[in-house]
Amino acid sequence: MTTVSARKDIIIHVATVMIEELKLEDVTPETFNPDIDLVDEIGIDSMDLATVALVLQDEYGMRFDEDDYPKLTTIRLIAEYIEKELK
Amino acid sequence: MITVSSLLDDQWYERYKKISKLNIRSSIYDVTNRCNLRCKGCFFFSSNEHKAAKEEMNVENWEQFIEMEKRRGVNLAILIGGEPTLCLDRVEAFYKRLPTFCATNGLIKVPRDKFPDMMVGISLWGDEKDEKVLRGKDSFAISSKNYEGDEYTYYLYTITPRQIGKTERIIKKIRDIGVKVHMQLLSNDEGVDGFYWRDEELQDLRFELDEMLDHYPDTVVSSRYYHKVITTGNMLDRSFGWMECPSVTESFDSREPKPKRLIHFIRWASDLKTMHRCCTSETRDCSTCKDGAAHMSWVMVNKRAHIRTAEDLRNWIEVYEMFAKLYRFIPW
Repeated sequence: MTTVSARKDIIIHVATVMIEELKLEDVTPETFNPDIDLVDEIGIDSMDLATVALVLQDEYGMRFDEDDYPKLTTIRLIAEYIEKELK
Repeated sequence: MITVSSLLDDQWYERYKKISKLNIRSSIYDVTNRCNLRCKGCFFFSSNEHKAAKEEMNVENWEQFIEMEKRRGVNLAILIGGEPTLCLDRVEAFYKRLPTFCATNGLIKVPRDKFPDMMVGISLWGDEKDEKVLRGKDSFAISSKNYEGDEYTYYLYTITPRQIGKTERIIKKIRDIGVKVHMQLLSNDEGVDGFYWRDEELQDLRFELDEMLDHYPDTVVSSRYYHKVITTGNMLDRSFGWMECPSVTESFDSREPKPKRLIHFIRWASDLKTMHRCCTSETRDCSTCKDGAAHMSWVMVNKRAHIRTAEDLRNWIEVYEMFAKLYRFIPW
């Protein structure tokens, strides 16, 4: 598996968790723009992010530092964070 | 998927951007158990919270505690009591370290040389008659002299059922001394006769509050949506109560399903160890709570729920802006 496809898989998975956990409507993991600003455009707050982070932590066996939440403003940035933590 | 920019025009989107990343994390601190008034209906005394903990007297311990609160992520200290201005050294310990809001009855003037831009909220419980019945004196006569023209002060005007039809006079009095006003409703924790709310009164009051906002926009800091929420107890077809309140101390919050809440919010007693259940009285019936800040926060933490129509989102923005102004995150 190339790095690019691994990143893409993580992006799709983060989108899936976000849609399921936050009950987002009218969007699929494939149509979820990974670069859309989650805070400014979707209205996601730190409590939402904590909910999603809990699920992702269990699944990937890594930890999100709560101080880093403000930096995790897009799905792509969350995927990159997970990748970095897994290295 | 509905996005913010799809709902707002450029002007509203700019307003939204100014507040969307403020990430306000508040906690509330009982600065002291003492007060220089004893008001009927004050939740602090009526629920014996003034006896819940022995006051920490050493200001160095307050300073260390505040540093810990900063590390916990708190970026807004809301000081209540008792009367915080009885312990200005403790207030100063907060002010030097954190954005600080100080609630007061206004009988003691906060020295502006020490606290040049600290936001001060003065409690006012109605007109002279109500103030005498509920608080034993006309506090406005004193506080208005202490804070006339102060740009970092506003009156927190708690409206009682007896005030319906009379609020304009109070708003004008406040305007005339060059101070802002924000309005909330009495919760009548001590069951004082004649101060219970009836549904039809709340309906009348809502329109009166709207009128005050329309007629005195430079004095009144409020929003129509806030008026609707505070007088009906409803927001987006949901009713305020224990299962919805955002201002529950985090470590006491075992509610399921978990409602949207203020992240890491704690209300600390003055021993700096004891925690109170929520931002107001533990003995209060949440279904009839009229606390203004709790209702504002209720709207604010439910941002995503308001991203459904342009009107809902604009309502949310107005309430958030109101809160941000009242706690000095954005200018008036």
